[in-house]
Formats: sequence, structure tokens, C-alpha cells
Amino acid sequence: MSRKTTDRLATGTIYAFVGVVVAILCGLIGYILITGIPDISWHFLTSAATAFTAGGGIRDQLFNSLYLLLLTLVISFPFALGCGIYLSEYAPQNWVTGLLRMAIEVLSSLPSVVVGLFGYLIFVIRFNLGFSILAGALALTFFNLPILTRSIEEALQDVPNLQREAGVSLGLSNWRTITKIVLPIALPGILTGIIISAGRVFGEAAALIYTSGQSAPTVDYGNWNFLSADSFLNPMRPAETLAVHIWKVNTEGITPDAVAISAGASAVLIVIILIFNVGARFLGQRLYQHLTASKSK
Amino acid sequence: MDRMKQNLHQASKASYQDYFGKSISLFCASLVGMLVVAILYFVMTRGLATFTQNHISLRSFLLGQTWNPTQIGANGQPEVGALPMIVTSLAVTLLAALLATPFAVGVALFVTEIAPRRGGQLLQPMIELLVGIPSVVYGFIGLSALVPLMRHLFGGTGFGILTGTLVLFVMVLPTITSLASDSLRAVPLDYHSAALALGATRWQMLYKVVLRAALPGILTAVIFGMARAFGEALAVQMVIGNAVLMPKGWLTPTSTLTSQLTTGIGNTTLGTLPNNVLWSLALILLVMSLFFNSLVRFIGRRGRMQK
Repeated sequence: MSRKTTDRLATGTIYAFVGVVVAILCGLIGYILITGIPDISWHFLTSAATAFTAGGGIRDQLFNSLYLLLLTLVISFPFALGCGIYLSEYAPQNWVTGLLRMAIEVLSSLPSVVVGLFGYLIFVIRFNLGFSILAGALALTFFNLPILTRSIEEALQDVPNLQREAGVSLGLSNWRTITKIVLPIALPGILTGIIISAGRVFGEAAALIYTSGQSAPTVDYGNWNFLSADSFLNPMRPAETLAVHIWKVNTEGITPDAVAISAGASAVLIVIILIFNVGARFLGQRLYQHLTASKSK
Repeated sequence: MDRMKQNLHQASKASYQDYFGKSISLFCASLVGMLVVAILYFVMTRGLATFTQNHISLRSFLLGQTWNPTQIGANGQPEVGALPMIVTSLAVTLLAALLATPFAVGVALFVTEIAPRRGGQLLQPMIELLVGIPSVVYGFIGLSALVPLMRHLFGGTGFGILTGTLVLFVMVLPTITSLASDSLRAVPLDYHSAALALGATRWQMLYKVVLRAALPGILTAVIFGMARAFGEALAVQMVIGNAVLMPKGWLTPTSTLTSQLTTGIGNTTLGTLPNNVLWSLALILLVMSLFFNSLVRFIGRRGRMQK
């Protein structure tokens, strides 16, 4: 076989592979949207889930997912920021730093079930939090920390060293330079990192089954006292999220319209994650323009 | 004079600020480090309790084929053979990676080398979106579309290794593709030019030069994909059938380590043997994840040395 023929054959094979993958991708996204979108209605989004009868909605699950996401970000962002700043700005090149980087890598590659089980053991049982939003948020924090830390570190690394030198030569301390000069420049990158990790947290279920629980008790959306038991803000109540709900209705098999519910809920999940992805790009660019007064990146 | 001396000998406001900032960020960093140590410690002590407290031999755990922790087996010990789950987990992981790698490398080559403009603009965002699709959604599609299809095509229940492999294949495909394209992009342009200048066809250039140069990166991508597949719980749990039996064929219900963990942990009480052995399964997951991690590090070091 001449080398020209091999070249053509190989190119053809690659095109065929790409064709198959594109077909899978389109089939997948098409399947979710086509089976899911017809099930989404105002009623579906705003009514409570029912276990044994058809026609249940996802109101509580949707709220729980968003609330859990918010709590997770509130807990994990400060630590990830501190850790990212340390690794990017302060960490000396020695074996301790190497060990820390390795620890973060290990944490990011741990299966989420293991992280969930650890959260279950520590928070649900040892600290006696029970199945609660707080326990779920803490477990998700473990899951989220390495991703967030890495994207913050990368965003900080992208800031040119000239900016740091300029700050220090004006007599600012390193810390002032970091908080007043480096961080604002890195902010769009950090924000993108937060939103991308938010997408992952939003769809996570395995770490939540045994930490935030599999039940969504009825809550009172008018009760703003987060200490009262039926308040929607109470962090100590069990809270089934959207992703856990999809898993549960499918594996338990007692809800008659499980397929319709999970199709609708999947489509809602995908659409929200899509919004996160697009939003991350848009917001990052806008913020960059705003903060640096430049027309475009 | 005194004030000057004082100023010179005292740390300045700036250095106090710096001290403050450094300690805060070091505190956060060490917290993350401690967290990892805590996870390793707790999972290990819990997972080893099966062997230290319940005196199960490591051999009967790793090589036993019957899983029924509440029953006493023929040898007078509870039946806690984890081999079926270990085999199934390894099988779906390896098969998914084997199936996904050619597709992923093909797409990565297409995106970076053959049609960077068209391919990059269309495929890249799609692949990024796929990485972000939650695993339960993959599981749900597997359960509602793939399982009936398999049942229709091959008979049986439709649950099993084949269905699990296909679901994992779709899940790891975007992961491997995006990491492999990154490593292909990192191959210096000179390499391309040099190969083409010697009269190589495009495929010769890609196969003999570019793919070889990117090999460590591609291997890393495959291992990351395998780590993801091995640790994936819910998507697999929904399509694998969840019967702890040795897989006898492509489509017999079986169980992976992760699926057994998700189904089992809620039905056992902490401190009892049935619960301890589940933690031992988690320990296997942990060890495998550490193994994948060190493999990536090893390849990274080897790849660097060759340059």
C-alpha cells in the first residue's frame, strides 16, 4: 500500500471516528432535551415531589440544589482562595510544597463516593449533624476544594510578574500587592473557575446520598428564621437535591412517572449547567473589561 | 535619634501585613493538607477493621467469590469475598478505556491537527459541555435507553458489564479527549514542519512524530479517564444490575465496588462486620485512586526526562 493511500485511509478513519462521536454527542444531548423539555412545565418546577403518585414536581429539590451550591461555595471559596494564594505567591520550592500539591491531586482524584462516605462518617455520625444540608455542603467542600484551588492558582499564575514588581517597588507589602493588584487582575479567571466548579457541584449526587440525605421534607418558604425546623433556610434539615432525586426515583421504582420526572429533571440540570458554562465565559470577559478598562481581551 | 533607631529596629507595617497574609494563606493550605491526611486515615482505619477486629483473612476477602456478609460460610467465617466486584470494576474500567481511547485520540487529532478551525469551534464547546454533564444523567439515559436496547438486541435483562462499559465509555470520552488534545497542542510546531519537510505525508507526520511526542500526555489522559471510570458510582450502579455475582457474560447482572457501596452503606450499622467490609471496599477504591495518581506522576517524570 502506498503511503498516499495509507494517509487517505487514516484520514478517513479519523473522520469516521469523529462522525461516530458527533453522532453520540448529538444523540445524547438531543435525547435529554427532546425527552425532557416536554415534561418541564410551570407546575413541574413549582410543585412538591410525590413518592407514590404521578404528577410530582421538583420544587424542593431544585431549591435544595441551589441552596446547597451556595453554602458549598461560601464554605469552600475562602479556603480555596487562601490555599491558591499560598501555592501561587508564597510557597517555596521544597518538598513540603510538593507534598501539599500531591495532597491536592490525591483529593481531586478521589472517587466522590469515598468523599461522601468520609463526610457521612465524620459529620453525620461523629459530629451528630444527621442527614443535613450542612453535612452535604461540607462533603461537597472536600470535593470542590481541589478543583477551585487549582483554578484560582492558575488564574493567579496568569498575572504577569511585572504587576507584582510594580506593586513591591512602590513600597507595598507582598500581601497588599496580592490583594490590591494581583487579585483584581486574576478575578475574571477566578470567577470562571468558581462557575465551572459550581456546575460540577450542582450535578454531584454520589457524595450527597449519605450526607444531605434522600428526603425532601416540606418546608415553609415564607419562614426566614433559619433556626426554625420548617424554615427553608434551616441548614440542619435533610435535603434531597435534583441529582439525588433523579437517582432515587430511578432506583426505587415506586414513582409511576419516574421516567418523565427524571427526563424533566435531567433537562433542567443540563440547562442550568449550560447557563453556568455560558455565563462563566460572558461574565469573565465583561469583568475583565470592567476592571482593566481594556476594550477586549 | 531615638525614634529613628526605633523605626529601624522595628518591623515595618508592611512586614506585619505580609506576615499576616502569609500565615492566613499558609493556614488554609495546611488545612487542605490535613483534610487529605484525615480522609486517608479514617478510610484506612475503618477499612482495616475488617481484618483487625473481625479477623477476616485478606486472602478470603480479595479472592473469595461469595458475598453475603451476614451469613457464615463453609470455613466458619462470614462470606465476604469481594472478588466479583473487583473483577467487574476492573473489567468495565479497562473495557471503557480501551473503547474510548481510539475515539478520543481520533477526535483530539481532528480538533488539533486536521481541522483546527472548524473542529475547534464546533467540537470543543460540545466536549466541554459533556465533561460537565452530571453522572446521574448518564445513568438515567443508560437505564431508560441503553438497557432496553441491550435487552432487545441480546436478550436477558439488559443489565451487566456491556451496558456499564458503554455508559462509562461515553462518560470518559470527553475527559480523555480534552486532556489528549491539550497534550497534542503542546507538541512544538517545529516537529510538524520538520516531518513535513522530510516528505512525510500528514498521517506519517502525525503517527511517527506528533503522536509519539504526545504519548506521555495521551497516556496520562487515558489514566485520568480510567480513574474517573473506576470511581464512578451512580451511573454504573443504575445499569449494572447490582447482584454480587461473578460476571458470567456480557449481560449478566453484577456489581462494582462503587455500586455495592452506594446500595449497601445505608442498610448496615456502623461498627458491625457488614459495614466494615463495605469500608474495606472503599479502601480498595482509595488504594486504586492512589495507584492511578502515582502512575500519572511516574509517566509525567518519564515524559519530562525524554525531552
